[in-house]
Amino acid sequence: MQLPITPSQTIGPFLAIGLPWPDGPFVVPQGTPGAISISGRVTDGADQPLTDAMVETWQADPDGRFDHAGDPRGATGPRTPGFRGFGRCATDADGRYRIVTVRPGPLPTPDGGTEAPHIDVSVFARGLLDRVVTRIYFADEAAANAADPVLASIADPGRRATLIAGREPCGRPGEFRFDIRLQGSKETVFFDV
Amino acid sequence: MTANQHETAAGRLDIAAYQRPVGVHPPLASPEYRSTQLRAPKQKLVLLSHLLTEVTGPTHGSQPVTAADADLTKRHPGEPLGERIIVTGRVLDSGGRPVPDTLVEIWQANAAGRYAHHVDDHPAPLDPNFDGAGRCMTDSHGRYRFITIKPGAYPWGNHLNAWRPAHIHFSLFGQAFTQRLVTQMYFPGDPLFAQDPIFNSVPDPKARQRMIAAFDLDLTEPEWALGYRWDIVLRGREQTVFEEG
Repeated sequence: MQLPITPSQTIGPFLAIGLPWPDGPFVVPQGTPGAISISGRVTDGADQPLTDAMVETWQADPDGRFDHAGDPRGATGPRTPGFRGFGRCATDADGRYRIVTVRPGPLPTPDGGTEAPHIDVSVFARGLLDRVVTRIYFADEAAANAADPVLASIADPGRRATLIAGREPCGRPGEFRFDIRLQGSKETVFFDV
Repeated sequence: MTANQHETAAGRLDIAAYQRPVGVHPPLASPEYRSTQLRAPKQKLVLLSHLLTEVTGPTHGSQPVTAADADLTKRHPGEPLGERIIVTGRVLDSGGRPVPDTLVEIWQANAAGRYAHHVDDHPAPLDPNFDGAGRCMTDSHGRYRFITIKPGAYPWGNHLNAWRPAHIHFSLFGQAFTQRLVTQMYFPGDPLFAQDPIFNSVPDPKARQRMIAAFDLDLTEPEWALGYRWDIVLRGREQTVFEEG
């Protein structure tokens, strides 16, 4: 049996009524050893902040495993207490979001390769009729990034660079910066997932 | 265990890809909906293979969802104004399989077409007994059920005399990152469909109809609430032919 899929519609400007959770930004509980933060701004084609957007993240645990039936290696118990893999943060009046998590591990691919540590990101907003999907990689994983099949599928190094989170300028260790630009000369790479 | 769901002795990792819903979702650049103009990405999307991160996803088994969260009419001391309705249906994948134990979140305007949100300045009354947010987990058959009030239509600034058809926002996770869906449920026979660029952003007219709930007298509870049925279909796994052994 094949059923036709339900179409997407915009999340609209009023998502704050129903979607933010008090613990949404915390992929791991506050105070988890080795926790990092990833923050940034979501901006439009006029370089203006999106103040009504929502950013969601999904990632493997530090061992590169998913406690999920879809991981054919078999689900594993959580080795990082309270790790849930998922984060959600609405943007603020400056278009900023912030997620607290732990670094994901590398992942095997079906053809025997390895994906560099990464986080899948969905962005929802008024004016986006479907979510847009991107990925966060880490600047200090240069060797792993060089071997990553998804990054390799993007020929232009300037575009590839939009997927790399660097240290937050003036930030402490473990504070990463990842801006999301929906349009413009530095438009973030978005994926057809 | 099927052949495409385990790691073989050679260490090969087989991952079942999800269907790609070609032509179903609205194009991101839909100029009639003005807010897309500065927000829809201009560059071509890069095709992403479905790898481990994409075929897994949050399940929210740990989110504290209670039965009371699914009744939007009982969150305050008084009853909200408006037409009390039951909205129920099933979450399925495109292979016809129910999607059990998945979080469904909704939010909506009140009966006067006003959102309980500081940005909404539509001169219609707020309802102190209605905030318009609810959530539930699907049961083992993929069923969800909300009790709420029918939202009103409301004006917006997209074009001269623009009005949104009455709708309820839905957010669904499914069981994998690929299945995530945010959409809107509409009501049958709404005269505002023809002028709404968001509804009409879905290119296939038949697909638009799949966003409209059906009135169902069998769901209607006598002397209490009207019933609407709306099934939601998420992307399923690609059909694969595999051999055992």
